[in-house]
Amino acid sequence: MSEKKSCCPPKTAPENPAACCPPPKAADAVAEKTACCPPPSLRERPGYRLWSFVSGWMNTEVGEIPQVRTKLDWGDRVGRWQMRWGLGRMRYRIAPGLYAVGRPDPQSPVLVTANYKMSFDALRCELKGRHLWILVLETQGINVWCAAGKGTFGTDELVRRIRATGLERLVSHRRLILPQLGAVGVAAHEVRKQSGFQVIYGPVRAADLPALLNGGEKAVTLGMRRVEFPLGERLALTPVELVSMGKITLWAVLILLVLAGIGPGIFSFSAAFSRGTTAVAVYLVGVFAGAVLTPLLLPWLPWRAFSAKGALVGAGLALVILIASSGVGLFNTLALILSLAAVSSYCAMNFTGSTTFTSPSGVEKEMRRAIPLQAGALLLAGIFWLGSGF
Amino acid sequence: MKKMRYLDNVVTLRLDEATCIGCGMCPRVCPHGVLELFDGKARIVERDLCMECGACARNCQVEALSVKAGVGCASAIIHSWLTGEEPSCDCGGSSC
Repeated sequence: MSEKKSCCPPKTAPENPAACCPPPKAADAVAEKTACCPPPSLRERPGYRLWSFVSGWMNTEVGEIPQVRTKLDWGDRVGRWQMRWGLGRMRYRIAPGLYAVGRPDPQSPVLVTANYKMSFDALRCELKGRHLWILVLETQGINVWCAAGKGTFGTDELVRRIRATGLERLVSHRRLILPQLGAVGVAAHEVRKQSGFQVIYGPVRAADLPALLNGGEKAVTLGMRRVEFPLGERLALTPVELVSMGKITLWAVLILLVLAGIGPGIFSFSAAFSRGTTAVAVYLVGVFAGAVLTPLLLPWLPWRAFSAKGALVGAGLALVILIASSGVGLFNTLALILSLAAVSSYCAMNFTGSTTFTSPSGVEKEMRRAIPLQAGALLLAGIFWLGSGF
Repeated sequence: MKKMRYLDNVVTLRLDEATCIGCGMCPRVCPHGVLELFDGKARIVERDLCMECGACARNCQVEALSVKAGVGCASAIIHSWLTGEEPSCDCGGSSC
C-alpha cells in the first residue's frame, strides 16, 4: 500500500480492502487522524467492512461520517484494472450515504455521486486539500451516466437519500452539485419541489470540478459540458468488450470444431483439429477486428454505421491475410473474406452500446439492416468453407 | 479532431418552441451541444448530434421537449426484440 502513515495493522490480502477500523462509538469524539484505530476491542465488530480510503470519522449532527482520502492507493488501482476487464463489476460498490472530504462544515458544498467505486474514486481524487461533503446514491454499483439512464441515479433516489441522511440538518445551505450526466435521471425542478434543494449541474468530468468549486457555475465552460470520445477512452473500453464476447466465443469454438470435421469421410478428427483451429483463429481475428481495431480507428473509418465500419476492417484484414498466405483456394478465400467481415461487423455494431454519441433510434435502424446481411454473409462463408472440405 | 457523428435523420427529439420559457436548462445539460438559447427560446441547432439520452426533456419544467430516450446497446435491443421488453442494460451484457 502506498499510504505512508497507516495506523492500521498490515492487511494480509491487499486486493481485499477488508475491515480495519469500524466506526467508533459517537462518544469517542474521533475525527482526529491519530485516532483512526480505536482499541482492538472496538474493532472486533462483525459485519463491518471498511475500505482503505477511510482515514477517520467525523462526529456530526447526523452521526458519524467517514472521512475519505483524496489519493488513490494500490488497491484502488488494482480494482480499476479489474473493472476494465469486467472482473466482479457488480460487486465494486460502496455504501450509499454521506462521506466527508477534509473537515467540512455546514457551509461546505455537497457533491452527489453514484456508489460505483470507480465513480467515487474518480471524484475523490480530484478533491485534494478541499473540505466538502459527498452524498453517495444507491445505484447498485453502476456509474452515474448509465445509472441515470436506468433511473437509479434519479430524482426519487436523490430525494430519498437526502431525507435518509438528514442532509438538511447537516448543512445550512440548500445546494447540491451533481455531475452533468446525472441530468439524464434527475429532474432538477422536481428535486427542488420535493426536497427544497437546488440542483447545480457541474461539469461532465470530475477533473473539471475544481473550476466549478473555485469559480462557481459560470466558470464551467462549454467544453466541460461536452462529451467527447477520445482514443484513450475507446481503448479503455475494449477489454470489457472482449470479455463480454466470452460466452458466445465458447459456443463458436465448439461449433466450428464440430463443423470442421465434416468431410468426404463423414467425420474426421484430424480434419476437425487442423481445419477447426484455423477456423477458430479466423473467428478470433474477426472479434479483434470488430471489438478492438474498429473502436480504435472509429473516427478515421468511412461511413456512419458501425456495422459498415466493422465489415470494412474485417474484410481489410482478410485481404492482408490472403496476401501474406500462399493461396488457399477460391472457396476458402471467399469464406475468409465473408466470415471476417461478418464477425467484425457484428462486434463493431455491439460497440455502439459503449460509445457516447450513438442514439438508440439510430442503433435500431442500423441493426435492422445489418443483421440480415451479417447472417447471410456468415451462412455463405459457412457453405464455402464446408464445401472446401470435400 | 472532428466530432464523431452517427446516423442522420433518426433521432426522436422534439421541441415545442411555443411552450418553451427559455430557462436555459436544456443547453446546459445536453452533452453534445444539440440545443442553444436564442432570444429567450431554446432551439435545436444540431439535431443529428443528439444521442437521445433524455437529459433535456427530463429537466424541462414545462415539458416543451420530448425524446424517446433509451439504451443504444445492440445486445439490449436484440434482447428486447426477442422478449418484447424495453431495451435495458440488465440483459446480461456486461457493458454500461
